[in-house]
Order: sequence, then C-alpha cells, then structure tokens
Amino acid sequence: MTATAPASVPDTRSARTYAAYSRPLWRRVLLTRESAIIGLLIVVIAVSLAVVPNFDSPLTVTYLLRDIAPILLIALPMTLIIITEEIDLSVASVVGLSSVMTGILTQAGWPFALAAITAILVGTIAGVVNGFLVTVVGLPSLAVTIGTLALFRGIAVGLLGTTAVTDFPEFWSDLAKDNIPGTPIPGIMIPFVVLAIAFAILLHFTPFGRSLYAIGLNKEAASFSGINVGRTKFWLFVMSGAISGFAGVYFTLLYSNARGDNATGLELQVIAAVLLGGVSIFGGRGALHGVIAGVLLIGVLGSALRLAGVTSDIINVITGVLLVLSVVSASLLAWLRRRRISAIGKKKERELAASSS
Amino acid sequence: MTVEQTTTTPAPPALELAKVVKSFGAVVALRSGTITLEQGSIHALIGENGAGKSTLVKIIAGLYRRDAGTFRLRGEEVDFHSTAQSKAAGIAVIYQEPTLFPDLSVTENIFMGRQPTNRFGRIDRKAMRTEAEEIFARLGVSIDPDRITDGLSIADQQIIEIAKAISLDARVLIMDEPTAALSGVEVERLFAVARSLRDEGRALMFISHRFDEVFALCDTVTVMRDGSYIATEPIAETSVDELVRQMVGRDVAELFPKLPAEIGDDVLVVEGLTRPGVFHDISFTVRAGEIVGLAGLVGAGRSEVARAIFGVDPYSSGSVRVSGTALPKGNPNAAMTRGLALVPEDRRKQGLVLDESVSRNITLAIRSTLTKGGLLTDRAQNTAAAVWASRLEVKTAALDAETGTLSGGNQQKVVLGKWLATEPTVLIVDEPTRGIDVGTKSEVHRLLSVLAQQGIAILMISSELPEVLGMADRVLVMREGSLTGEFPRSEATPEAVMFAATADKEDAK
Repeated sequence: MTATAPASVPDTRSARTYAAYSRPLWRRVLLTRESAIIGLLIVVIAVSLAVVPNFDSPLTVTYLLRDIAPILLIALPMTLIIITEEIDLSVASVVGLSSVMTGILTQAGWPFALAAITAILVGTIAGVVNGFLVTVVGLPSLAVTIGTLALFRGIAVGLLGTTAVTDFPEFWSDLAKDNIPGTPIPGIMIPFVVLAIAFAILLHFTPFGRSLYAIGLNKEAASFSGINVGRTKFWLFVMSGAISGFAGVYFTLLYSNARGDNATGLELQVIAAVLLGGVSIFGGRGALHGVIAGVLLIGVLGSALRLAGVTSDIINVITGVLLVLSVVSASLLAWLRRRRISAIGKKKERELAASSS
Repeated sequence: MTVEQTTTTPAPPALELAKVVKSFGAVVALRSGTITLEQGSIHALIGENGAGKSTLVKIIAGLYRRDAGTFRLRGEEVDFHSTAQSKAAGIAVIYQEPTLFPDLSVTENIFMGRQPTNRFGRIDRKAMRTEAEEIFARLGVSIDPDRITDGLSIADQQIIEIAKAISLDARVLIMDEPTAALSGVEVERLFAVARSLRDEGRALMFISHRFDEVFALCDTVTVMRDGSYIATEPIAETSVDELVRQMVGRDVAELFPKLPAEIGDDVLVVEGLTRPGVFHDISFTVRAGEIVGLAGLVGAGRSEVARAIFGVDPYSSGSVRVSGTALPKGNPNAAMTRGLALVPEDRRKQGLVLDESVSRNITLAIRSTLTKGGLLTDRAQNTAAAVWASRLEVKTAALDAETGTLSGGNQQKVVLGKWLATEPTVLIVDEPTRGIDVGTKSEVHRLLSVLAQQGIAILMISSELPEVLGMADRVLVMREGSLTGEFPRSEATPEAVMFAATADKEDAK
C-alpha cells in the first residue's frame, strides 16, 4: 500500500513525517459517541436482566426484535440521508403505501411474491419522486418530504379506505413471523444483518461513503472535488424508498394486516433513533454501529419499562429526555474536542516553528 | 533598529503598546508586542501568519486581555475588559470582512445602537441621514445612504465601517487586511480615505501582506515574527528585501522564483466560451510547461471562467479541450479524469472540508483511485496523504487533525496537495496565495515554477499584479467578462496590464 511518490514535486528538503493519529487507538475507539451509546445499551440490558421480571425470556427477545425490525431497516438509509444533511420524513407513509399495495394486489389474486415485489417497486418510485423534487427541482428535503408524507399517506388511505386486508398466504406470513430455527431471533434479522453489513461497508469503506460525509460537511467543496452532489442524494432517496417499501411488506405480513394507516409516526421513531445513535442533524457526522445501538437502546428501554409495568406515556417521556440529553451531550463533546485539538495543533505548530528557526 | 522610543516627542503617542504578552494555556500567542501609533500617521504592521498580529489587534480591540506589558492610550495606561470599552476610548477596528446588517440601510448601519433621537425620543432619521451624507462627503465617496447594505461590494462595506468609526470620532483606526478582497480601483479609493483621515490627525494602523501597498500608503512600519516585536522603521529607510528578511528571519532568495521551463504543445484549449451576463467569447490556450497568468479586477469574471472550464459552473456555448479531447459541460469528474485540476478561489468554502481531517481532505479527489477491491481504508488514505503533506511541508500535528485548525498557509498547502495528488496535466490555480504569509507564498511560487518545469500547463488567476508579472510566461487580462489583453512576459508591464483591466471603465467616467 505504498503510494507512488509523484515525480512532479521537488524533494530537495528533508521529508517531514507525520503521525497518522493524534490520539492512541483506545481513545479513538472508546471515546466516541458510538461507544457511549453501545455502553449505555449494555448497561440498560444488564440492569433490565437483573431487575425486570421476564426480561430474560426468549419471547421478550423475539417480540422486541420483531417490533423494531422496520425501524432498524429504515434507519440504514436514513443514516446516510441525514449524513448528507437531508432528511426523509415520508418513510412511514411509504411503509403504509407499500402495505396497502401488498394487500390490494394479494386481494386481487396476484401471487404474493409478485404483489410484494410490486409494493417494493412502488416504494422505490416514491423514493424517486422525493429524490427528483430534492435534487432536480432543488427543493429542501424537509419541505418535500413533509409534502410527500401527506401525499403517500393520502394515496394509501384513499386506495383502501377504512377497510383492511387481513388474509395473506400462510407460507409468507409464517416466514415473516418465524424465528431462525433453534433461536429466539426472528427471521427478519437475516435480511437486516445482510443489509446492515452492506450499508456499513458502503458508508465507511467506499469512496461513495466518503463523499457522503464531504457533502454533509461542505456541499460546495464536495462538488469542487468532482462529487456529483445531486446524483448522490438522488440515489439515497431511492434507497430509502425501496427499503421502506420492503419494510412495508414485512409490516403487513407480521401483523397480517394491510391498512392505510399502518406505521403512522414511524418516521419520528426512526429519526430519533438515528440521532440518538450519534448522527449529527447538521450532517457529516455519525456511524452505522452507533445508529443500530441507538435503535436497540430505544427498543430495549421501551420493552423493559413495559414489562416493568410503566405506561407508554412515561416511556415516551423517558425516550424524549434521553434524546435531548444525547443531542446536548453531543454538542458539548464536540465543543470540548475542538478546543483540545486546536490547543494541541497550535502548540505543535509553535514547537515546529521554534525548532526550525 | 528601533526608533520612536524617545520620550522627547511633544504630544504623547495616540496608542502605545510595550512588551505585551498574551498566552492561551501553554501556548504563547504574543511574547512581546510592541507598537507605537503616532497621531497623524499611518503605521503598517506586517508579519507572517502566526506572528501575533491578530492577537495584538484583539488586545487593542478589547477582545483579549493582556497578561503582561503596558498599554497606553494618549499617554494614559488603559486596560480594556470589553470591545465596548475600547470603542468608547476612541478605537475602531475595521476587519477584512465587515459585519453589517444586510437588510438595514447604510445610514442605519452607521448609527446602529446609538441612533440620534429627537425630542419625542424617537429616532431622528433626518439628522442621521444628514450626518451620514456629511461623512461620505468628507471621505469623498458616493454611497447612497438610503440603500440597504445587502449587495454592496466589500469595499463599500468597509467604507461604511470607516464612516461608523468617524461618526464615533475614533482617534485610532485599525484596518486588518482591508485590501485582501478589493480591486485596484477600490484599493486606491480606500487609500485616499485613509490619507484624509491621517491628515485630520488620526492614528491609523494598516495590516497587509502586500508590500506595494505598505510602501504606497504608510509612513512607518513595524515587523513582527513568532509573537515578538522585531523592528520599527520609517518606510523611507527600508526596502522590500529588508522587510522580508525581518519577517521570515532568513533570506528569501526571491519572492517569485521563476525557473526556465520547456514549453510544449497546447494542452488546455478554450474556444468561444460564453455564459450570458457573466463572460463572453473567451478563447485561449495554455501549453505544457507554461504558466499563463489571468489578471483583471475582482468581478471581471475570471473565477467564473475557471469554474466553467472545470465544470462546476455551466456555460452556454463554446468548448474546452484538454490534450485534444473535448470535455463535457458541467462535469467536474470528467474534467478530473482528463487531467484537469482546479485549486479554487475560496479555500475555506470551496477547497476544503474544514471539519474533516488533513488526510481525508488531501485524498478526497483521489478517493476512487485509492481503493483496493472496491474498499477504501483509513490506512490507504493516510499513506497517500502523508506523501503529499510531506512534499508540501504541511505543518500539522497529525494527519487526523481537523483541517480547520491549521493556519491559512497550511490549509492552502493541503488544497494544493489534494489537487497535485490527482497528477494533473492542467492545473488551474485561483488566487493561490491570497491571505497567506510571505514564506508560504514563495514556497507556493516555487512549487508552481517546478510544476511548470515538469511539463504541467498552469493557468494562474491572481489579483496581485506582482505575482502575475513575476510568475507568468504569458498574461491574459479580463475586463467585464471579456478577454481584453494578452501580453508575452517581456511586454507585460504593470501599466499595460492595468490599462487592459480597467480602460473602458475609466473612459466611461
């Protein structure tokens, strides 16, 4: 992995050498928001295991993972979108729309697989609409997706009215509900883990992922570096639509219920979890393992509190406080770190200047 | 070396700092700040970035408090705790980028926070307007006091800041690099204003990186280096060479080290490039090994042409060819693949992602070529970044330091490294040395010279005439969106270039 020394630049003076990192490995790994959230998740799980009755039963694990699977899935593309300083508020409506499509087409006698693929395709088209309005027309994603949140939900409810489709082929609904044989882990975790690995590689180990952070931190510099900002964002919205469509199919099968108002409000749970996981709402910061821990933290906390007999109002209050605290602590940490780095930088520079003169 | 330390001068100096020290934690930003501003005089303060000039100014402005040393105003010891105290004591600081309220009128901006009131306690707009007009008349400038500030040039905004200072009857005016973003005509107007203020008996301090301006405007010059006072001399008794030596603490052989380069075939060919309202019918070529300077006033459309060539901005007609192949419109990525690189005008906004590490910035444009099996790792980025950081002697603690924490000159080196890493055949540099210190400046010039020698075609946009004339093999001049002159190195005189850059404007007046 030696970069070739360019022939075009003079090399008359003694070459300076650089440390790759200003902090030792353990600090870089442990003193991050992601590690803090993972640590908190472990603490919450440990405390719940010790204190909350029935928390350790396999059934708890199964229901917990089943319920948060749509959030886990949609959080993947949402992380990428928020890192580029955009947002997609229409995801839950896409889930609803996809669910209705699955129901209507199944009811119309389509083979389920075809109905499901069509529903995912409809979700993808919804993503194309969002992406087109944001990147080609150039509207802010907050406004666009508030609009399409209402639009997609409206179409979904309009198509099916107040009725629901509840009859789905047993094979498919069992597939959605069944656990991985011999474990309490629901089968949906297999596609999730595959997608999570794919997204983690895409975000953290590809040139595409690097460009997302650059876009989020400085759009203009990104486009001056040859990054096609519009096209990049367009594909993120398409991804978001497709995965929301997939989550819609899963949601339908899991509850054997296709309704226009399925998953209402899910977008806020997704965004809350992404932010809790350490992604900056201002773009450019965040990592996927933190986001997954964030979703799990909200899920585990809710599940444990529910088992302990806490009402859902109180659970909402607790998650809300947690979210606010996490955002405040993020700003505080960033501020402290910036101060420290600039102090070190200045000191080093001064030492270098002193040694060279 | 030092003069003006005598106590025999009849009137006490307007402002006097002696052996002022300021440190931040373990970092000493100012070791020994010494400067004496006389009334009715313009005093230049020069030094490389990091020499302590800004810290000194901030102490005078009341933003920082000194740790030690004396600070006298008209002979009396002062100690400011806030900028308000400094203002009340008659000190005004005019920064490079003025901070006005864009939606308010010129008059409202001048009197912000202390509007004159009539006997009903209401704002007396008439009195305000009259006074604003008076001040502008005194300064000999024509700015409509009723227009909103939004859309005014930086030069006009600075004049408004100065008008504000005069309305406060500031006796000491400090101008921190006021000319960095101004064109030649605007600089002349600012100088005329500064001279009239001097003649009214005020004390002025002028910070600049441009020697020609220091010599044209100032009476006395103080040099700082590494947070310490080096020397103060009357401007008539010093020279550019002398000042440079004092600033960098060593001999800079020459500011513009131009090396002989073999000039080859046309590499960049631009034909009839037009973007209505911005630039019109621009045609030129740059050959291998050649440095072509593109001169002109700020706003002549030079950067816009560069951005259109690179594909960041659109154009409506014309063509761009690199080494014989036509570039598609509006596609920076294609331009990069064909060997084009653009070091943009505004390094903080366009050149760098300031919140990201040095390593990630250097490798941003080559990220796709660093992959192994499609994967991009930190290790690959650090290895490549280390090569370029070391070639360009970037001063940074570590490769993961946020780029925003580096000094301006080092940030510019990071941008240069980022683009040299793409191994370009055509390098467009837009204001490559704006706002960076002399030492780094000459390093950048030497680098460009060597790159040309290696056969790279270089298009250098610069508002600093000495830089263009010193470095370019050929000088192109733009005025109001059109090419108005082309001079070979031997014929490119300051007069000829300035005439081409301004001629019509002057005729119209």
